[in-house]
Amino acid sequence: MTAPLDVSGSAQEARPESVLTGAGKAVQGRSLSRIAWMRLRRDKVALAGGITVILLVLIAIFSTPIINLIGHPPLEFHQDQIDQSTLLPKGDFGGMSGEYLLGVEPVNGRDIFSRIVAGAWISLLIGILATLVSVVIGTVMGVIAGYYGGWADQIIGRLMDVFLAFPLLVFAIALAGVIPDKGFGLEGNGLRIAMLVFIIGFFSWPSIGRIVRGQTLSLREREFVDAARSLGARNGYILFREILPNLMAPILVYATLLIPTNILFEAALSFLGVGINPPTPTWGGMLSEAVRFYTLPHFVLFPGLAIFITVLAFNLFGDGLRDAFDPRAH
Amino acid sequence: MSENEPLLSVRNVEKHFPVTAGLFKRQVGAVKAVDGISFDVFKGETLGLVGESGCGKSTTGRLVTRLLEPTGGAIDFEGRDITHLSQGKLRPLRRDMQMIFQDPYSSLNPRHTVGAIVGAPFRIQGVKTDNGVKKAVQEILELVGLNPEHYNRYPHEFSGGQRQRIGIARTLALKPKLIIADEPVSALDVSIQAQVVNLLEDLQKELDLTYVVIAHDLSVVRHISDRVAVMYLGKIVEIAERKRLYSSPMHPYTNALLSAVPVPDPKARKERERIRLKGDVPSPLNPPPACRFHTRCWKAQEICKTVEPPLESLASGHSVACHFPENAPVAATADTAGKD
Repeated sequence: MTAPLDVSGSAQEARPESVLTGAGKAVQGRSLSRIAWMRLRRDKVALAGGITVILLVLIAIFSTPIINLIGHPPLEFHQDQIDQSTLLPKGDFGGMSGEYLLGVEPVNGRDIFSRIVAGAWISLLIGILATLVSVVIGTVMGVIAGYYGGWADQIIGRLMDVFLAFPLLVFAIALAGVIPDKGFGLEGNGLRIAMLVFIIGFFSWPSIGRIVRGQTLSLREREFVDAARSLGARNGYILFREILPNLMAPILVYATLLIPTNILFEAALSFLGVGINPPTPTWGGMLSEAVRFYTLPHFVLFPGLAIFITVLAFNLFGDGLRDAFDPRAH
Repeated sequence: MSENEPLLSVRNVEKHFPVTAGLFKRQVGAVKAVDGISFDVFKGETLGLVGESGCGKSTTGRLVTRLLEPTGGAIDFEGRDITHLSQGKLRPLRRDMQMIFQDPYSSLNPRHTVGAIVGAPFRIQGVKTDNGVKKAVQEILELVGLNPEHYNRYPHEFSGGQRQRIGIARTLALKPKLIIADEPVSALDVSIQAQVVNLLEDLQKELDLTYVVIAHDLSVVRHISDRVAVMYLGKIVEIAERKRLYSSPMHPYTNALLSAVPVPDPKARKERERIRLKGDVPSPLNPPPACRFHTRCWKAQEICKTVEPPLESLASGHSVACHFPENAPVAATADTAGKD
């Protein structure tokens, strides 16, 4: 973690509040998190990314009301918008108009805007949940490997190597292809979402695991751990009260940077047809269908833009977070 | 425990760190960080432990507080053998024996408030307080010269000297009997060093504490210690009462150390006999046989290379491990060939 900010002398200064209100009023300290937050607020690019992320999350959460208000149901065909001889939309710019904000899809005339909004929900859900799975597995493995060392570290280290060497996409394609229609109390797309979350999350944990292991290794040698031991603290206390709080910042940063990777992974799987089944809209799926119509770029443009903006926003925000917590990193 | 029994008794304690090599981690050697040291600490006194970097004094501190387990010898605390006690059995004893750490920057968890740090001993040891942990913590903060209203502040909001005070406050929480201070002022400015050393002295008087102060700064040790032990390469070469050590040191190494202390007065500097030791400190992986110091000693003779000089008492309260001690009260070295 960062070396301390040396605000020397501040503790000795006369503080007006304590003089006026007398003894007993506790002075509130500035935790490292607060300082990071203050640094983050000054980083315009990171803030832009963060606001975009929040907007995207809101759009995803309120996708249904938004579609009901300003779009058409994502699965609804609108053949009246399609020129039946070319199978392309009648209107200009791919049929963009006041009613169809981003135009309609070729062949079936589905509203692109509402499909993008609905796809946001799927992409973010899978991306974030898969990252959660990775963080849980990675943190547990990383802490065990870093704190206990020895053969636990050896085994987990080899495991990480194996997972990192895995041909992820190939395996995911194969696995996603054999997902049954019913299982674990879920069915259809619900089951597919759960399985995708599991596959993506289960294979991304080494990236978090390595970071956590490295941080734990260095934290373990810090004198405050020795101090806790010399007070008689057990390993559990040291792990949860001394080490884990210092791991929060790097975990948060690298989880935020892992989300766009997982979103891209899901988009890739959907593009290849082994992700969420059509006709449920996903950005990757829309891309794969739109490739045929590359001459009119806007069918590819909107889902592509959606993925691009989402990934960029998370990356910028994650970078900003990392700089906020550790300004000396570069 | 009678009045004459030492609070802490260290006898022939060794700590060898194994050096492994190869795929199967076979032990090929050992770093003999501490190689057979013995000393006693009596209630109410301050024992200073000096030596240069790498002599094993910090390791000794960690052995005494059982952060490390000795590979040989015995440690008694309050008459009880704690050498190989399990962590579980050690836990209640830890209330009586605490450690002040060297680095004020890394010995405090940056994510904890001062209140949490100084209050941790109560939580860890499950000690109940009369008026609540917060009140107890604020009392201790006042005791070490910190503002009790800074209970909610974080370590990075304090200067180095204040942080060291927080560390001291933490050790006082459970009212220990023995405090091992591992280079308590080495990381501080000279003027702040004086403040912290004075604080330690005041606390000792007020709370009836016993100290073992590990340091490499001879002037700090001189100020605070009652007795001083000098370490070299994992062994104690001399123990004496403070005044005796500084006025008439017996071991050549002690002499060299004292002559190396900077003297501000240029005239006095010229008049002082400056002893320069040749060569570097040998590696603890492969210490010289017999007397560890013979490779750099200007008085070394054949016997120094073959027979290890035992640490024996040559004057009351003054022990030295040398075949040819200086300032010796009697020619005590005539018959060393006949010993052991």
